[in-house]
Formats: sequence, C-alpha cells, structure tokens
Amino acid sequence: MTEYAKYLRKNETPWCPGCGNGIVMKALCDAMNSLAWDMKNDVCVVSGIGCSGRMSSLMEAYTLHSLHGRALPMAEAIARVHPNKHVIVISGDGDGGSIGRSAFMQECNENVDMTYIIVNNFTYALTKGQSSPTTPVGTKAYMCPYGVYVRPFNLCELAIASGATFVARGTTLDVLPLSKMIEAGCKHHGFSFIEVFSGCPENFGRKNGLRTSNDTRSWIDSLVFPKAKFDELSDEEKQGKYPTGILKREHGVIEGNDAYAIHVEEARRLNGGE
Amino acid sequence: MKEEFILENGNNLAGMAAMDSGVGCAGVYPLTPSSETADYLAEKMPLAGRVFKQKEDEIAAIGFALGGAIAGCKAMTITSGPGKALMSEHIGYAFMAEIPIVILDVMRGGPGTGLPTRPSQGDVLYARNPTPGDVRAIVLAPGSALECYSETCRAFDLAERFMQPIIVLSDELIGHDDVRISLADLEKIKKNTIERRVNLSENYQPYCVGKDEPAILNPFFTGKHYHITGLNHDASGFPTEDAVLCQATSDRLFEKVDAHLDEILLNKMYKMEDAEYVIVCYGSVSLSAIDAIDRLRESDHPIKVGMFRPLTLWPSPEKAMFEIAQKIPQEKILVAEMNNGQYVREVECVMRNRPHFLGKANGRPITPLEIEEKIREMSHD
Repeated sequence: MTEYAKYLRKNETPWCPGCGNGIVMKALCDAMNSLAWDMKNDVCVVSGIGCSGRMSSLMEAYTLHSLHGRALPMAEAIARVHPNKHVIVISGDGDGGSIGRSAFMQECNENVDMTYIIVNNFTYALTKGQSSPTTPVGTKAYMCPYGVYVRPFNLCELAIASGATFVARGTTLDVLPLSKMIEAGCKHHGFSFIEVFSGCPENFGRKNGLRTSNDTRSWIDSLVFPKAKFDELSDEEKQGKYPTGILKREHGVIEGNDAYAIHVEEARRLNGGE
Repeated sequence: MKEEFILENGNNLAGMAAMDSGVGCAGVYPLTPSSETADYLAEKMPLAGRVFKQKEDEIAAIGFALGGAIAGCKAMTITSGPGKALMSEHIGYAFMAEIPIVILDVMRGGPGTGLPTRPSQGDVLYARNPTPGDVRAIVLAPGSALECYSETCRAFDLAERFMQPIIVLSDELIGHDDVRISLADLEKIKKNTIERRVNLSENYQPYCVGKDEPAILNPFFTGKHYHITGLNHDASGFPTEDAVLCQATSDRLFEKVDAHLDEILLNKMYKMEDAEYVIVCYGSVSLSAIDAIDRLRESDHPIKVGMFRPLTLWPSPEKAMFEIAQKIPQEKILVAEMNNGQYVREVECVMRNRPHFLGKANGRPITPLEIEEKIREMSHD
C-alpha cells in the first residue's frame, strides 16, 4: 500500500472535480512506491504549462515548473548532468503535442533515460477549452464553435515514428495498469513515453454533452481497446479508436548518456588520450 | 621570458573564456555570426567531460542551458539577434526564477534576417529589455577580441553573483577579426572569482533572502528538495498572487542589481585627462574611435579628443556620464554607434543634454575617417 504522504506535498490541488490529473498523480506515486525510489533525494519532476503542469508543485521531489512546451529540453539537461538520478516529465496534450511537439520528437530520438507522461485530456483545459492537437473531429471547443475539422494527432504513433524506444498508452479508468506502465517506463533504460487518456468534464465535457466525470469516463472507454484486441479489429473499425498497453519496447538502441560517454571517449582518443 | 602571442578572433576567445570559467553545460543552435564560439566549445567541452549540446532550435538550446544551470553547472548559450528573439521567453523565466546563465549575442545587421554576415549594434535596446515584463538586465559590451575573453569571464562571475541572465553583446567585427593576443594578457584576466551560494540548512527556502539579495538556488540533488517556477512566487518558491509578496519579489529583482552597481559597472576612458571633445561609444566602434582620436591629436590642426566607453552597457553608467556632461558642453560630445540611434537616447537622458550623433545601420563599420570628419565638422560649428 502506497503511503501517499511520503510522495505528496501538502499544497492545495488546483484541479476541478472529475479531473483525471489526480488519478495520474496517484498512479505515479504507486509506481514510485513499487520502484522504491527515494523521491526526495533522487527524483526530479519537471512539468510544462497547463493543468497537468501544476503536478510538479505537488510532488515531494526536486520539482521544476518550466515553460509552455519547454519541459523536455530543461529535463534533458538535468538528466545529462545527473545520469544517476531519475527525471520524470509531466505534460499535457497541448503542451507536449502542440507547442512542444518538436522537442517531443527530438527527445524520442535522443533516447536519454527519462520518463515522459502526457496527460491527454483532448483540450486546452487551463485556458478554458480550446481544441488541442488530439481533439477528435466534430467536437466543440473554444475557438472552434462549429466543431473541430482537423484530424487529431496520434501521439503514440508520433513517438514511435520519432524513434522512441518505449511507448505506452493508458487511461485514468484503469489505475493499476497505468501505474505498472509508468513503473515499466521508469525501469526502461532510455526515453520512455506514456500517454494517458484523461477526462476533463469542466472544459471539454461541458461543450460536448459529457458534463460529469462518469460521462467523460464512458466516452474514453468507447475510444480504447487493449492492444491485442485492437490488433484484431478491421481497418474500418480502427478508425477513431486507440490501442492501450505497452505499444513498443526496444532495447537495441543506445541510451543518450551512453552515446555521449562514447562521444567523450572518441574526442579524447582523437586528441591523443587523457 | 619571451612574450608569447596567439592569432585569435573574439568568438574563439569567448569560447576560451567559457572553458576557463568552468562552463559545465552549453545548449546552442548554429547562427551566423556567432557559431565559432559554439564550435570551439563543441571541441573542448567533451574533452573535459562537460555537457555540450546542439539542440533542435534556439528555444530548446536555452532551455537546455537553463536545465544545466538548475542541475548545478555554469551554463551558457550562444546566438545572434534573431536567435535571442526566440530565446526571449526563457530569458524572462530565468529572471523570474533567478537562474544564472551567460548569453553571448554576437550582433549582426537587422531587423529580420537582415545582414547575417555583417556587423551591427542593433540589439542594444533589445538587450536592455530582452523579455516581456519588468527586468533589470546586465549587459556587457566587449570592445575588442581580448575583451570578448575578459567580458565573458566577467559574465560568468556576475551570473553566479546575481543569479540572473547576463548578456555579452559582442558583434560580427570583433567576433570574426583575427588579432594578435598576448598570452600574458589572457593570464592576467580574473576568472572564477565567484562560486554559486549554497544553503544546506533544514529549513532552506530558495527565495528567503534579504531585500537586495539574489536567490540561493542549490544545485538540484544538493540539500533539501524544492520547487522552481516561472510564476511569481513566495520565499519558498511556490506560486503566489499575494499583492504584497508579488511586489516584493519584483522589487527585489531590481534591487539586487541597483544596490550593487559598484560590482557591475565598468567603464574605459581614453585620453580623457585633457579632452575638450569626447566620443561616447561602445563595442567595436571604440576601435575606430581610438584611431580617430590619435589622428585628430597628431594632425596639423590638433583637436584634443577623448573617449568614454561603458563596458557594462546596461545598467548604464549614469553617474559617470552625468559627470562628463558637467565638464564638457553638449556641442562637444559625440555618440557613435552602428545603428540608427539606440544608446544615444540613454546618453541624452542621463547627461540631460543633446549630444551630436553619428549612426550607421548598413552593415558596415563606422570608420576612423568618418569619426574624424564628424569631430572636425563639430569643431567648425
């Protein structure tokens, strides 16, 4: 049983009723507990801007609330300077999937050992619900009163295409699998990416007939299939649906800090030894 | 012992200064005319086991450098005007969170893509306000290749002392011109005089400091864990919107600089003792000014001209410039700069007079002859 007080600061949570961020935070605490990581001394939690961005200020660790879309480059530097510590980055779908998209793709490719969690609530919730890169076609949003007409990004597909070596998708409906996924990502030697489908009844649901927490949860449930089941669907049935579980795990790619260590050795060799 | 010399340009010397100052983390993106400094660090930093990274864009480059600073390294990024524009948001973050970083801006012709391979001093006002919001920027303006070394060293010390971004405002001319440098001169320059303060006490709060003191940001994973944010925050580092606390933070960010100007301001004079005319300039223009002054003094109709040159451009040397205005009338003061008039407004403001102005914004340096002719013209009026 996780002793949550060990992992959480006593600051007030800024989130609305029905929000999924608290569930993600719980799953993260559970993963920390299973890993038996010393959060206060060995873990750095970096976040971007958005509702999920406030998660860093609630965790009992070295925490950094960075800029909109810019969590990853700062986190990468910390992970490179302290390769023996653990860096966990929290982002939202707007933060990581839109304004921070190039950094997201870059870090998937760099493969520096850190864990990147995008809490995907399908909207820019902190700014009251504009469409994000993951908002489904046809849904209503601020700045999109007639419905979203651009097809959504699939963030896990983007991560895989960008060379990420660990890619997983979970939901706030299933906390135990989610915490296991985060744990597996943290154990992975390299960059691990975990997308979490999460509900926002207040700023996404309100505009789309999903006013309660149960409504958004049912809606998310209708979007996802466990990977094995998803793979059995026809191409037509796969439209607008998403697989959950660990979607990719690759061990043959060199980790970013290991690659730099080799680079350092090569530099010294070319300069005639130490 | 025989004096030894090297042939070197300002950009490489800035890189040498960074190495000698102990730079531990650099995040960069290539940009003419600044790239040589990054190229130098790319060669030297891995050899020393330090972290050098070319990032995917300038935004990530400065983010990476800030991450390095938070992790405990002396950190740097290198760019020119257009790149610094992309870094603007992070610069504001570093002011608010009080993260030490050195930013080398090797100025080129602007605005826009402008004149990438030609010199300019067009970023002077932008360096004073390099980000949205109220900040007190510290900007150093080297006037020679050797000063690219000395001012970069000084920037690293000032960054750790005042816990904020320090901008070194170089330009294409001194950045690219190879000149003879005495190794003994490099040796003499002070570096690493200031280390970052650390507080290992159990009740540590990063921003719990005196009203004119910078924050104490322990390197991450040193001492008690804490929180950093770009939001306005209280002494503990957590966000607040309390009116009194927010004003106090804003005031302290100014006061930590304003109360310690003696540690920041640095000016250079040339033949000012008997000067009847004075040229106020900075950066590479001073090289032409020195030449012009020597010619004017040695000509058949000599004119006694001197030069006043701030090495710390911002905050401006208000007191020193005001004192000059007390001795020399405005008709005999010339401000020369490679732009259409940026620092001249500051000079006017602090001198409370209207000096002559010589500006040029076509990507060409101001020549000694142009300064000479301008002073002659002033002497005939």
